[in-house]
Amino acid sequence: MTDVVFDTVTKVFPGQTVAVDELSLSVDEGEFLILVGPSGCGKSTALRMVAGLEKISAGEIRVGGVVMNDIPPKERDIAMVFQNYALYPHMTVEKNLGFALRQQHTSREEIGRRVAEIAQMLGLEDLLARRPGQLSGGQRQRVAMGRALVREPKVFLLDEPLSNLDAKLRVQMRAELKRLHQQLAITTIYVTHDQVEAMTLGDRIAVLSAGKLQQLGGPQDVYDLPANVFVAGFIGSPPMNLLSGIAKEGRVEAGDLVFERSGVPDGEVIVGVRPEGLRPVGQDDPGPGFEVEVEVVEPLGDEVLVHGYVAARDAGVRIEVEEATLLATTKDRAAVTVSLSPDVRPTPGSRLHLAVQHASVHLFDAGSGAAIR
Amino acid sequence: MTTIDLRADEMAPSAPTVLRGEIGMVERPRRRWLPFSPWHLLLMPVAFLMLVPFVWVIMTSLETLAQTQHFPPILWPGSFQLNNYPRAFSSVPFGTWFLNTTIVTVSVVLSNLVFCSLAAYGFARIKFWGKGIAYFFLLATLMIPVQVVIIPTFLIVKQMHLLNTLGALIVPNLANVFGIFLLTQFFRTLPIELEEAARIDGASRLKILITIVLPLSLPALATLAVIQFLWTWNDFLWPLVTIYKESAFTLQLGLMSFQGSHVNDTNLLMAGNVMSMLPMLLLFIAAQRYFVRGIATQGLKG
Repeated sequence: MTDVVFDTVTKVFPGQTVAVDELSLSVDEGEFLILVGPSGCGKSTALRMVAGLEKISAGEIRVGGVVMNDIPPKERDIAMVFQNYALYPHMTVEKNLGFALRQQHTSREEIGRRVAEIAQMLGLEDLLARRPGQLSGGQRQRVAMGRALVREPKVFLLDEPLSNLDAKLRVQMRAELKRLHQQLAITTIYVTHDQVEAMTLGDRIAVLSAGKLQQLGGPQDVYDLPANVFVAGFIGSPPMNLLSGIAKEGRVEAGDLVFERSGVPDGEVIVGVRPEGLRPVGQDDPGPGFEVEVEVVEPLGDEVLVHGYVAARDAGVRIEVEEATLLATTKDRAAVTVSLSPDVRPTPGSRLHLAVQHASVHLFDAGSGAAIR
Repeated sequence: MTTIDLRADEMAPSAPTVLRGEIGMVERPRRRWLPFSPWHLLLMPVAFLMLVPFVWVIMTSLETLAQTQHFPPILWPGSFQLNNYPRAFSSVPFGTWFLNTTIVTVSVVLSNLVFCSLAAYGFARIKFWGKGIAYFFLLATLMIPVQVVIIPTFLIVKQMHLLNTLGALIVPNLANVFGIFLLTQFFRTLPIELEEAARIDGASRLKILITIVLPLSLPALATLAVIQFLWTWNDFLWPLVTIYKESAFTLQLGLMSFQGSHVNDTNLLMAGNVMSMLPMLLLFIAAQRYFVRGIATQGLKG
């Protein structure tokens, strides 16, 4: 069994910076686990501790049941792909691919065979004699993966491997990564801040913030049932609209949006509505909903993004995501984003009546941020 | 980084030329009243001044003794005394001194490359207690003039029974602080991920140094080798203090025998000088490629 277990792992850097705070999670054998979170959330540090590049301040990391805390990197049988690939610039692709095997004193024939095999798998046959400086970004990326895979490691670690590629290549390499994992079924931990990568690649995703695990689960579960307001705001693109609301006797009010929800304790709550959980309706629609003052319309082909204001208070939750809110929020108007089907094309300045689908409304405790279910 | 540089270069010729200050006006072709930049008018005399001592040495080495003693100095002897060279070579044990100097210089250069690399890698990459302080004190010794430590070093060398041997010239110079400093600074500029990748791939620290760090540091190593070669080959003071047996002389020490209280063969001294300079010229020509590459590849890393 080559599962990876984080058992209350903590990493404190000099100067008392806590990068990882009592992280506990386990990665099953052959699983593709994503560590996702904003920059500085400790995800890379967690990965580097598995690789043995960072010392563990407290807790244990076990790989296949063996405690790794004091085992040097070379004895862990773990391979890693770095964000900037870290290819040896003075060696040819062939030498780069065979480097780890040469360290293990593998026979020359065996190295040749395995390098040829991996080169074929990744389409690198014609590049073997070149040096990294003569390769394109995508080719370098492939060599970096090949160098890690050629060792047939127990665990495969990837630290934001696609972030240096352009958008088109990223999509292509993402698919290739998924195919490789399905083919090889090596236990994989993948670090990213890109939630599209997280959603598409992972068997399960672990959302981290400030060194703490926020939620662990399947991509769809995390999307459908965020454990707290941070996860709700971080996962999903565009991010969830978060409004400030009040719950009283089973009735929740957030500006214009009023709906019944039983079992919600009275008091301040945060109401989260996914941009894609809204649909345009006539003015006299009886269901819960609100009116949006349209400011900006972005047609994307398969959907239309509408940015506008609703008469409600913004929840004031700030989460570092790539697509930050387009509009600034004022005191009694909250900026919201709505995703509509492409046949709806509102004009800026118009008013749009939207019905809120019950299932896409999430409630969170205003104090702790935990989901109320 | 490279691609940006290249792109900028490629863009340059096609970019519209705009006269400074007057937007929109196309620059007229500059009238050239000189086939070179006017700056060269200043630089050429300076370059010539730099060459004068060198030319003077060569000219003096081809003069008769009487011509060398003439005042004002004769810069162009009518006939060249080429036999000054064989005379300088045979009137003293030039071959032995040349060999001695070569042995000392090669040993010192090689040992510096080895020991300075090892020490520099430690300072650049390995965490250990007291590293900062140790590096500080090491660098502080650069501020101490050689003359201050010459007597203690002499006493140590004497204790080791190395006086009058080539060992006296080699042992105290096996490593030097400047080399450690130079390589430490260079090693720190190499991406740490390369070494982390190699560690995960199963390479030991020493293996990483040999297979990853050193091959990527050739420009720095070449620089250190040339500087160390120059220092050791030209060193005069330390051999003068520790060597007084003619068979263990180095070239710089031996050349002194052409100029003493009773002899003054300036022409032979200069002929010996020219011969002693040859290895350095050859080294420069051989290592020039690395200097140029060292400068040219600054933007190519990454």
